[in-house]
Amino acid sequence: MAPDHSVAGAIPPWRLAWLIALKDLRIEARSRVVVYQVLPFAVIVMVMFGFALDDDGIAQRVAPGLIWLATLFSLLVVVQRSFAVEAADGALDALRVAGVDAVSIFLGKALAMAAQLVVLELVLFVTAVVLYGPRVRPGGLALLVVTWVLATIGLALVGTLYGGLTAGFTGRETLLPLLVLPVVAPVLIGATRAVESALGTTGAAVSEGWPWIGLLTVFAGAFGVGGSLAFGPLIDE
Amino acid sequence: MSIPPDDTDITTAGTSSAATRLLGTLAVVGVAWLVAFGLLFSPADRDQRESVRIMYVHVPSAWLAYLAFIVTAGASALYLFRAAHSLVWDRLAGASAEVGVVFMGITLLTGMLWGRLSWGVFWTWDARLTTTAFLFVTYVGYLAVRRLGGTHQQRARRSAAVALLGVLEIPLVHFSVRLWRNLHQESTVARPDGDVKMDGLMLFSLVVGLVAFTLLYVWLVIHRQRALVLEDAAEDHGLEQALSDRRAEAALPGGR
Amino acid sequence: MSPAPDPTTHPGGGLAVEFTDAVAIVGGFPVLAGANFHVRRGEIVLLHGPNGAGKTSLLRLCAGLLPLERGQARVLGLDLVRQRADVRRRVGLLGHGNGLYVDLTVSENVAFWGATVGAGAGEIAAALVRMGLDGRLATVAVGRCSAGQKRRTALACLVVRRAELWLLDEPHASLDAVARDELDDLLRKAAAAGATVIVASHETERAAPLATRQLAVAGGRVVDDTPSPGVGRGT
Repeated sequence: MAPDHSVAGAIPPWRLAWLIALKDLRIEARSRVVVYQVLPFAVIVMVMFGFALDDDGIAQRVAPGLIWLATLFSLLVVVQRSFAVEAADGALDALRVAGVDAVSIFLGKALAMAAQLVVLELVLFVTAVVLYGPRVRPGGLALLVVTWVLATIGLALVGTLYGGLTAGFTGRETLLPLLVLPVVAPVLIGATRAVESALGTTGAAVSEGWPWIGLLTVFAGAFGVGGSLAFGPLIDE
Repeated sequence: MSIPPDDTDITTAGTSSAATRLLGTLAVVGVAWLVAFGLLFSPADRDQRESVRIMYVHVPSAWLAYLAFIVTAGASALYLFRAAHSLVWDRLAGASAEVGVVFMGITLLTGMLWGRLSWGVFWTWDARLTTTAFLFVTYVGYLAVRRLGGTHQQRARRSAAVALLGVLEIPLVHFSVRLWRNLHQESTVARPDGDVKMDGLMLFSLVVGLVAFTLLYVWLVIHRQRALVLEDAAEDHGLEQALSDRRAEAALPGGR
Repeated sequence: MSPAPDPTTHPGGGLAVEFTDAVAIVGGFPVLAGANFHVRRGEIVLLHGPNGAGKTSLLRLCAGLLPLERGQARVLGLDLVRQRADVRRRVGLLGHGNGLYVDLTVSENVAFWGATVGAGAGEIAAALVRMGLDGRLATVAVGRCSAGQKRRTALACLVVRRAELWLLDEPHASLDAVARDELDDLLRKAAAAGATVIVASHETERAAPLATRQLAVAGGRVVDDTPSPGVGRGT
């Protein structure tokens, strides 16, 4: 009695995730909310750090930590934007009715978020170099890039996970920072130390930064798998 | 869908039974013993003098904070992975988390006071202390998630997932803080291998504290769990009333 | 004020929707308080009743968006609790929200929802033509469209998703007279092609000629069931 076209799982989950990621990136390309609103916010946070620390030496030494701290603040805003797009006109419900499984939504939205964060972090890094003046040494470049990618994946996964949980409850957006920030502490620690080693701001050698890559990898893997399992219950699927 | 039998009168039902009254009495006696041994009978430490007495509260409450965390995680897993999806496990997880948060608060507070007395600072970036602080915040978030609303089953699934994500989070936090502070000296007093030179009476006082606090924890969790059963039942009871009110709407003039 | 009649037992299970004492709860409030009703395949059923009667909740429960607290519910022959994922793939819901992304264009929205079920470019183009959204309008961002155009875009998404059960919540709202006639025409064609349509609407006089049957909803239950006068296909 069921026509052929509605065979369960006709579209593989990874394909749906890809469609959702492309859709999110296209929305950003059209609306430019992250470029015109979140990016300036992140840069002004970096300027404010400069005021608060009021000493070139200190700012230069702690520049890696400030980059990641500004990234975390921006992450919260990006997550809220990412799910506001879904909640505004009932699209999240429409995704459910369309039979899109939770894992596809989770991985698709996380992928799009990671792509936006990568650009944001690049801008923050350049801002830090301009404002605080740490030097980039050629030997640390590989470490820098690997840290950049892995930390971003971890942040995007955790942000999407708890963003989905709070998306269903209007007026409970304040819960997001409380849930996200403690979880991403290992990323802040690991990515900060790795970038410190890459830049040599605290006198550390580049080789001292690589063990942190292990931590960032484990983190991204743990929340990739755990998040895929938990996202369904979190969005009441 | 809820557990209590129909004859339970939720307006007068209590949460105590003969067993919990005995347990409560034992817990109170245990705490009284702890006060007596911790403050009076046990000697002052040679190095730390009187401040060592904080240990009799700090160590047992830390032990219970972590026990509560494990119980919540275990009960959440049982809820999620058992086919029955019994709310019994959900309420046990919630009750254990509530009691655990209180003990974690006590742990942090006594830890800071003790640190001030023995090291001169309230806070050190010790991995155990930092992890406990993160556990505390994570649990506050967990309890907030429990109050988000929805049906009992929705609440149970959502919060069980959050609790199990905490199991992923806490070891990663602990490990990263350790790695971050690998040059930091280990605290000499509360080292788990028992390096503190304790005489027999001090050790006995600590054991009294552990037993008393464990009894207290079990007692409180049983009561809280029963209170949660009644809360759910009250909600379901209100639901019966709401259902008949809802059906009566159809007879109202506006109801066509 | 007669209660809903017992579901007619059809050989071959020709029921698209079958609710028995369905209770659903939102925020502690019983939006559905033991609803009994059934809809046969190919029917166009109108749900009417006052605000807050439970019409929207009935549709959302059919789409598997509300948990079924008590009672039984079967949709398209599938158990709504155990086979919810299969149910969802076959139903289309047009609720208060249109489920559209305002920053994307009309055609991008239709293409996205089409792609989630594997619709090809031809099908997507056909859906746009069918709803009169081809041409210049296809490249306009949904946020700049009128309420009626948004509604038509949402309907095009439903068409392209090839739903077997159409659940429409106040679909005539914010449509002009021409668009309403087009919508009615679309729903008749969909029903003729084998789809089942359930429409919730305040405007009984508007939607009644379209429907084969009318169900009155009040107090979270179906309280009356009448064949629609205009059509000879009643109960």
